[in-house]
Amino acid sequence: MNSVEAVAINAAAFVITLALFGIYVATLGHNPLDVYYVLWLGSFARQISIESTLTNAAPLMLTALCTAIPARAGLLVIGGEGALVVGGVATVLAGMLVAGAPFLVGVTFMSLAGALAGGLWIAFAGALRQYRGVNETISTLLLNYIAIAVMYHLITGPMRDWERVLKTSSWSIPDALRVGALPVIDVHWGLAAGIVVCLILYVVMRRTTFGFGVDVLGGNPRAAQMAGLPINRMVLICCFMGGAAAGLAGAFEVTAVHGFASESLVVGFGYAGILVAFLSRQNPAAIIFLAIILGGVAASGGLLQRRFDLPDATTQVLQGLLFMIVLASNAAYGRLNVFQPAAWRTA
Amino acid sequence: MEGTELGWWGVLIAVIGGAIRVSTPYLFVSLGETLTEKSGRVNLGLEGVLVMGAMSGYATAVLTGQPWLGVLVAGCAGALLSLVHALVCSLPRVNDIAVGIALFIFGTGLAFFLGKPFINPSAPRLPDLDLGWWSDSPHIQSALQISPLFLFGFALALFLAWALKNTRWGLVLRTVGDSSEAAQALGYNITLVRIAGTVAGGFLAGVGGSYLSLYFPGTWNEGLSSGQGLMAVALVIFARWDPVRCFYASLLFGGATALGPALQSAGVTANYYLYGAAPYFLTLAVLIYSASPRKALEGAPGEVSISR
Repeated sequence: MNSVEAVAINAAAFVITLALFGIYVATLGHNPLDVYYVLWLGSFARQISIESTLTNAAPLMLTALCTAIPARAGLLVIGGEGALVVGGVATVLAGMLVAGAPFLVGVTFMSLAGALAGGLWIAFAGALRQYRGVNETISTLLLNYIAIAVMYHLITGPMRDWERVLKTSSWSIPDALRVGALPVIDVHWGLAAGIVVCLILYVVMRRTTFGFGVDVLGGNPRAAQMAGLPINRMVLICCFMGGAAAGLAGAFEVTAVHGFASESLVVGFGYAGILVAFLSRQNPAAIIFLAIILGGVAASGGLLQRRFDLPDATTQVLQGLLFMIVLASNAAYGRLNVFQPAAWRTA
Repeated sequence: MEGTELGWWGVLIAVIGGAIRVSTPYLFVSLGETLTEKSGRVNLGLEGVLVMGAMSGYATAVLTGQPWLGVLVAGCAGALLSLVHALVCSLPRVNDIAVGIALFIFGTGLAFFLGKPFINPSAPRLPDLDLGWWSDSPHIQSALQISPLFLFGFALALFLAWALKNTRWGLVLRTVGDSSEAAQALGYNITLVRIAGTVAGGFLAGVGGSYLSLYFPGTWNEGLSSGQGLMAVALVIFARWDPVRCFYASLLFGGATALGPALQSAGVTANYYLYGAAPYFLTLAVLIYSASPRKALEGAPGEVSISR
């Protein structure tokens, strides 16, 4: 894969998206340059906006892995939203179990519980595909709705914290087990976890026999079968790893951001993660950077809406537009002569 | 309140009435998706098309006072949005399922974005047909208040089933969807047929959306559709790409969706969210039941990637 080509084509996709969005806001009577300036202001211009960008980027890195890792094996999984929610609920339950435990033990236990729940959730969809032939895209999307419904059931009944009047939520995890901010910058530890997990999975997918086998399977399932690769096991492991990453995102949303499970977990990190995965062309290392860029879009959304009086759905429209253009840009790969090795060099 | 007097009969009547009332969007979206998939492409973005249709239909009815014009505009908006899907998918090396996800995000986002000013004003509703005149029971009467769109959808299902088998364009559509090589050898323009199939499917899904905003529940807000468009896509697999079976399956799904509200009106309020999730569980169960790990499904178009 020619990474210069990928960067150039992605950059072009961003520029086209911003140009289209600029044309639209121009028809509303705003100066597009002002809009771009506010996008910059809200995402990367000041320390406080960079912190907000990185806080948004942390869960995006992990939910992007939920699509990217199974995609390397040839599956189109879009269950990041559900896996995040399931992971968040499991984290709260685990937090109840380990109340009073030492900080590191408690947090490790809660994070593992979140990851395990998310992993099993997506592995279930992988198993349905391998053993029953159920399309994984549809099943994971349905599992999103099911996860959200189950969470609402739990936080309005069995797990409801009746003391909190203003917001319907689950019990809170013990204060002693709340995860704080990183040193130097005011962003929670989920960012560090996201970067580390992305790098580990980059090594696993690019530098191990297992990763090579997965790429063979994703590239040509029949060849993988002929080579005697354990296809079912590889698909299940990929789904589990992806789901575990999204579950971990849910764990950090609970331990570091909210302290409980509530509707605040259902804010579209899973769907934005799909976009990050496609932008990165399913490369876990590239996910780190693209999640930060998309985190910037999410961070500046609020400012953009207030400054220009745009509806809340503005960020979603921008994301959907970018997604569409990025997919269309797939057609451009290998077409641009600049990026092709000259004939005399390959001959 | 009145449901409690009738007890479980009340729940049953409410579920049947609800099935008729709720099934129409499923029916239109699944018929549209059947057309699209028969041409060899999957449009997973019909959820976004449905919401966009609901918004544009409602907005038209608010602005002009003509609900039927709203239905037409909703169909055109759906066709336009699906045209985006159709054109992007016509580019080389573009995955139709991924484009569907993008359309899902983009369509719902755009509908909320453009539809924000229309959340408060109220639009004229589509008229009812009273088919319950023969009964004294107000429950049966209200259960049999039927929208003309439902009957139109039923007629459309019969027509499509006939037309796919017995007309020239039905045969062309199925050939393109079953084997693009064969269609190419016969000299048909595959891309054009698929664009037509996707746009026609989008028109029907848009009409289904206008039913949501102009008849039942008959309002426009951001929580209007909760995955009906997506479930309808799964329903097409269950119905084996057969328009008439789409009709039966839509009734089944409508009944499942109506279960939660019916139980609530009968006084069962516990586990409301779980009953609300019944259609998702049903869809998943139906997929597990109707899928097959080994062979392609009976009736599946050969070029459709979702069944392979």
